[in-house]
Amino acid sequence: MRTQSSSLKSRHLLGIEPLTPEEITLILDTAEGFKEVSERPVKKVPALRGQLVINLFMEASTRTRVSFEIAEKRLSADTLNFAASGSSVEKGETLIDTAENLMAMHPDMIVIRHKYPGAPKMLADRLPASIINAGDGSHEHPTQALLDAFTIRERIGRLAGVNVSIIGDIAHSRVVRSNIHLLTKMRANVTIAAPPTLIPAEIERMGVRVVNSLDEAIEGADVVMMLRIQLERQGKLSFPSLREYYNTFGLTPERLRRANKDAIVMHPGPMNRGVEIASDVADNAERSVILQQVTNGVAVRMAVLYLLGGAHVAE
Amino acid sequence: MPSNLLITNARVVDPSQELDAKLDLLIEDGFVARIDKKIKANVTTIDANGLVVTPGFIDLHTHLREPGQEHKETIASGTRAAVAGGYTAVCAMANTVPPNDERAVTEMIIAEAARNGACRVYPIGAVSRGLEGKELAELADLRQSGCVAVSDDGKPVYNAQLMRRALEYCTMLGMPIVAHEEDANLNEGGVMHEGYYSTLLGMSGIPAASEETLVARDVILAALTKAHVHIAHLSTAGAIAVVRDARKRGVRVTCEVTPHHIALGDDAVQSFSTNLKMNPPLRSTAHREALLEAIADGTVDAIATDHAPHHFDEKNVEFDLAPFGVIGLETAFGVCYDRLVREKVIGLARLIDLLSCGPARTFSLAGGTLKEGSLGDVTIVDLDTRYAVTNTFASKASNSPFIGETLHGRAVMTIVGGAVKYDIRPAPAPAKKSKR
Repeated sequence: MRTQSSSLKSRHLLGIEPLTPEEITLILDTAEGFKEVSERPVKKVPALRGQLVINLFMEASTRTRVSFEIAEKRLSADTLNFAASGSSVEKGETLIDTAENLMAMHPDMIVIRHKYPGAPKMLADRLPASIINAGDGSHEHPTQALLDAFTIRERIGRLAGVNVSIIGDIAHSRVVRSNIHLLTKMRANVTIAAPPTLIPAEIERMGVRVVNSLDEAIEGADVVMMLRIQLERQGKLSFPSLREYYNTFGLTPERLRRANKDAIVMHPGPMNRGVEIASDVADNAERSVILQQVTNGVAVRMAVLYLLGGAHVAE
Repeated sequence: MPSNLLITNARVVDPSQELDAKLDLLIEDGFVARIDKKIKANVTTIDANGLVVTPGFIDLHTHLREPGQEHKETIASGTRAAVAGGYTAVCAMANTVPPNDERAVTEMIIAEAARNGACRVYPIGAVSRGLEGKELAELADLRQSGCVAVSDDGKPVYNAQLMRRALEYCTMLGMPIVAHEEDANLNEGGVMHEGYYSTLLGMSGIPAASEETLVARDVILAALTKAHVHIAHLSTAGAIAVVRDARKRGVRVTCEVTPHHIALGDDAVQSFSTNLKMNPPLRSTAHREALLEAIADGTVDAIATDHAPHHFDEKNVEFDLAPFGVIGLETAFGVCYDRLVREKVIGLARLIDLLSCGPARTFSLAGGTLKEGSLGDVTIVDLDTRYAVTNTFASKASNSPFIGETLHGRAVMTIVGGAVKYDIRPAPAPAKKSKR
């Protein structure tokens, strides 16, 4: 059921949690229109002409930062990238001071990636610019969940009733939180799987099924979403070794056979081949949609930027 | 300073003598001289009609930050905050810079309190030298110089043998050890209670077990040594159960609960306000309900604020980076009257017991009573007043989780040793006509 919603209630995108199903559908529908722009010879529309977007990346990021920058450029925005390293942050400037100084140069939107939960909200509470969360600690990564949903919808045709299994470091993943919010709002069935040491407290209350077996999670799945195992967690008591992790939770072609016939495999990247996913699966063109996710990321981010910036200005 | 004072027409609530009656109270030379109906005396008279007079509140857990962190709070500003909350005495925690682990620091605190303090200050010494948890501080010297208890508050005494020896040694000195119970190994960078909301917000959790395991250990050590252990800022259902059970068996364990753990839950952290970050963290509903039950059934001995001032700049950062701690002296009565008495968890007399008599009993302090001959430390509260908490405090700090809330009930006058240290009673309305 498509809806009549034509704008977002908030001028910020801080997470998926505050969005309604209608708003999520609006973003995904808008992204469909923008996907075509990236396939033109001249990959540019004037929607954000004259607007300044600052990409404030206080934590390392390749995919997300590049994707936002491309999305901004294709909408004709002026963009500025600010990274924590080599900046005043290294001299001890606080986040709020950094943001207020950037604000003094009148950006219309700030895209922020930060190590700690709540940093985007801190800016949204204090600054007049639109704030877009590009990942805050283990809290949310809303544009990732949106591009994942876009990809599922593109491949499977719907979100409602789709069986999505998410496997990996659930405890420390912002991707999984945003995905759970989005998928449950859109009435998909979500299963999460990991060793008990990587399942955070009371996560069932978010409306998901929790299992501790990869095979059980994959059985009957339409979508198998693998999460990155943060290598630096090895030896921190979450699991004994990467070898054991791969043997118990690594996705191999044999294990994928338990999934539904046309199941797709997703990964938000960056992948650790041979840790959470075998190359035979990641590179399987029929099943893996990992690179489509990246392509769709640009369209989804264009939609978000447009709805928060361009659409408001056009009113 | 006039230390002779007559308070008339008051509803006197003094649980130490099971008193709740309309009486007059005469203070002479800083002590309670008489408490009776219709006292006549030619001294300064305060008409407390419509107000409630209680023994002065005593806070067992205050961080005054002086010496060393005067940008957060000083003995002068912290005690001004105390009297503004109705407190006539505070116990000053040892984790200053340098810590209060030797006589010189204790004497400095006592001297500065005498010079610039608005209320009585009872220092708490350190258990271990430098709060390092390695060797005992000079506990007898600390006791003799004026410490009323010892604590490494801010962190637990991890070494069980050191804790055992400290407890044994303190039996000779007649003072309790105040235990901050938290196993940092279980916390692993935790910044809030581990539960549904830490999962939702993607924050590292502090499990209830972090407190409960160490409370269990220290109760066992208290039983072994027959010493008195006082559990600071108890926050979990499991710890309550351990304490309740131990007391039934006659173990000398007492405990305190903070107003913020009574009033607030971990769901509040969804605002990401750093004024909701403290240690132990705000817990879930089940834990709060266990605290309320323990307050009602007598397991809890005292309400203590854990007043922990921090500078605005220190709190104006990302939640993960902000220091733990909130202020509490000025809002304690209103919060507790609201959540405990108005919501019928306990009666007013039990609340006064938790704020005054209980603390005095727990640390064997003078005060906590209005019996004739006791300290002239009196708090006068107005139960009918409502006020909005703003970010203006007598404390140097403003890191309160209650800013923006409207509280019912407030201390309007605080008297320390017969001297009025705080008075915000509205000016009396001019009499329309006098018949005299």
